[in-house]
Amino acid sequence: MSQTVIEPVSTAVRDENSPLLEIRDLEVGFQTQHGVVPAVRGVNLTLYPGQTLAIVGESGSGKTTTAQAIINLLANTGTVTAGQILFEGRDLTTLKPKEMQDVRGRLIGYVPQDPMSNLNPVWNIGFQVEEAIRANGGAMSRKAAKLRTIEVLKEAGLSDAEDRLKQFPHQFSGGMRQRVLIGIGLSARPKLLIADEPTSALDVTVQRQILDHLATLTRDYGTSVLFITHDLGLAAERAEQLVVMYKGKVVESGPSQEILANPQHPYTQRLVAAAPSLASRRIQSAKHSVAVDTDVSAAGANDQVLVNRAIEREQAAPAKDLISVQGISKMYRIRTKGFKYNELLAVNDVSFGIKKGTTTALVGESGSGKSTVAKLILQLESITSGQIEFDGQDVAGLKGADLLKFRRRVQPVFQDPYGSLDPQYNVGNTIAEPLLAHKVGTAKERQARVRELLDQVSLPWASRHRYPSELSGGQRQRIAIARALALKPDVLVLDEAVSALDVLVQGQVLNLLTELQTELDLTYLFITHDLAVVRLVADNVCVMQQGRIVEAATTDEVFDNPRQSYTQELLAAIPGGNFEFGR
Amino acid sequence: MLWYTGKRLLQMIPVFFGATFLIYFMVFSLPGDPIAALFGDRQPAPGVIEQLRVQYHLDQPFIVQYFIYIGGFFHGDLGTTYSGRAVSDVMAAAFPITARLALLALFFESVAGILVGLVAGLRKGKLFDASALVVSLLLISVPTFVIGFILQYVFAVKLGWARTTVSSEAPLSELILPAIVLASVSFAYIVRLTRASVSENLGADFVRTATAKGLSRRRVVTVHVLRNSLVPVVTFLGVDLGSLMVGAIVTEGIFNINGVGGTVYKAIKLGEGPTVVSFIAVMVVIFVLANLLVDLLYAALDPRIRYAK
Repeated sequence: MSQTVIEPVSTAVRDENSPLLEIRDLEVGFQTQHGVVPAVRGVNLTLYPGQTLAIVGESGSGKTTTAQAIINLLANTGTVTAGQILFEGRDLTTLKPKEMQDVRGRLIGYVPQDPMSNLNPVWNIGFQVEEAIRANGGAMSRKAAKLRTIEVLKEAGLSDAEDRLKQFPHQFSGGMRQRVLIGIGLSARPKLLIADEPTSALDVTVQRQILDHLATLTRDYGTSVLFITHDLGLAAERAEQLVVMYKGKVVESGPSQEILANPQHPYTQRLVAAAPSLASRRIQSAKHSVAVDTDVSAAGANDQVLVNRAIEREQAAPAKDLISVQGISKMYRIRTKGFKYNELLAVNDVSFGIKKGTTTALVGESGSGKSTVAKLILQLESITSGQIEFDGQDVAGLKGADLLKFRRRVQPVFQDPYGSLDPQYNVGNTIAEPLLAHKVGTAKERQARVRELLDQVSLPWASRHRYPSELSGGQRQRIAIARALALKPDVLVLDEAVSALDVLVQGQVLNLLTELQTELDLTYLFITHDLAVVRLVADNVCVMQQGRIVEAATTDEVFDNPRQSYTQELLAAIPGGNFEFGR
Repeated sequence: MLWYTGKRLLQMIPVFFGATFLIYFMVFSLPGDPIAALFGDRQPAPGVIEQLRVQYHLDQPFIVQYFIYIGGFFHGDLGTTYSGRAVSDVMAAAFPITARLALLALFFESVAGILVGLVAGLRKGKLFDASALVVSLLLISVPTFVIGFILQYVFAVKLGWARTTVSSEAPLSELILPAIVLASVSFAYIVRLTRASVSENLGADFVRTATAKGLSRRRVVTVHVLRNSLVPVVTFLGVDLGSLMVGAIVTEGIFNINGVGGTVYKAIKLGEGPTVVSFIAVMVVIFVLANLLVDLLYAALDPRIRYAK
């Protein structure tokens, strides 16, 4: 029998030093039409009581599948095909559904990734928290359950919990919803909390608050945390132990500091090199070292090139602004009840200028008005007051042919590479569409241009027949960039153009953008919430808060010497900012 | 919510006038002379026809006829049929029967449809699901009168569990078989709607989170899957109530029920403007009210939908 092979797990020897969770040679497969596709291929990890362990990897690496396999939250088609998941010595993979139900919530809590979709929209918050408490706390009077609900929500950081019990998820902000989900996950004081990318959908400052709070709670309760993230900096900051996963396998594991200082596996090395928060630190240091390792480099290793380009650009930049924004404001009227309106000043007296061939970054949290500024410049919304000049011409009142001419010269690239491409259009048609819309060239000339553009964004000519659903996020964003470049514009407005991408892909796209900038003498307006990315590409930075620009300076000034407390806060919130990384 | 309901009720006024006007116009433009048709091949005295024309205002222009009718409508006088019966009497006889039939059908199709759809959605790809899909496809593609005759033959003629025809009082017990026939097609649609909705919601993030909370499977399904899945089903039921009232014609014919369908059919053939318009007007009101009810149910099922504006 197999008993002789498996190490005996006796309950007697279990003490403080025996692991709480031990995953041995775990394999998970998903049933598809083409047979079983393995998602997790032999994962081993060990977590001790009170410890925090982070699984790091890009999307598709199997990190979430591993986490979900622990309490069997896999989709119907997914099954554990081999290996063991030992929790306090008990193999969870052999539990009956009823026994697993007992483990979930009570022994192992779970905080999901996306706070927007993980609360049921049709039940109020109080109901959804109370439900978890009742399921794990045994018989309980209604009054006791309600009091406990308020207690749980207060602990999770909702100070006005009593008043908000009857409210529905859509009446809560993303951060508040995540607090509710953390409250639910910790409500039964589980021994282990699985936190699957708990903050990746949130702003950096909110992310920091929530993770700090989560750390305090789990420390107070002595809860072990299994933290799943794609963000190496975040993992290093929050966990003592790291497990790096790649294509379903663990490629490296050990103490966080050690891995970051001295990554062994080539994939980990690439991750460390590509993490923008780390690379940004090296923009100055790269001046001394020579970057040669172009093969594994994403953004990081080309810093020398980037720095040189930046210097060139600075020297070559003409004195006159290509885009000049003077005191623009945008007022939205929000209908409340009946005929009443609330006025919302989304953009408040914003002024800045962008010189030809440079990159200006607009930074701020969601709701700061940065995207509205982009829409105003693109003439997708009308300004309430102020003036926008492009190449010396007032663009506010442009109509008809003049507006089309303006649009040819200023093109947007949007955040979501999934939503901004028409799924029914193949790549060639997508890229050719602006040419067709502006009646440029003959069919043959247009085809030649598509070829040239695909070449510029480093995609093969054969990919013109493919459809967006067959492409990865990075490839889609390349196509969106190619489409924007089709009309040979002077300016690209990049609205969170790399925020939805994995670090490595993000690095590649940023690199492509900088190359294109020198090649085609492009001007970029770069809108992002990610200061780490800003450091890599921007010459000037405008920090926005509540519709105003609170700080505007060159990138170096902002990073080395932030004058506003808000900017300092944003900088401090960059995960992993305080770590030293090796290469 | 009150404001919204009031506004929706006010909207019924233009709908009512628009619908009645259009129907009246259509009946008026039907070819043939209704009075002459009354007498068939026999030629009555010329004076008699003239007298009948004046009595039914058929000598007046269309627009005057319409306003005479509307004027009467608000005095509770719906006019008379060409055979001399008050339209209000005809309606009082026909509507309760059809209403009973339609509501019974609505009850059957919603209870059975949601139940079968839920189980099929939960066991997607299994035998039950496959059979439910085949059966629903059959019910949708086979015409109602074929289903009606088959059920009538099996349950009434062969097994003798029900009467082949319904008596003139049409008590509920006699309407069960006709209601099942009437409900069959909608039942199939509800099964498919519920199944699709349930299987979609089963994959929702909040359902996984509910499972992770440690809830039982039963509670996850009833509390977190079913309620979210009902929104599209409720829309369908609201629209369907209207078509059940009208679509009962075939079923009423098979089981010889003296309901709305048969009466309207006869009235249209005879060109009896007042009868047709009165029935249609009531149906329009029922349709609008049913849809209002659906919208209010929406808000109850899904709190994100607010009707403040």
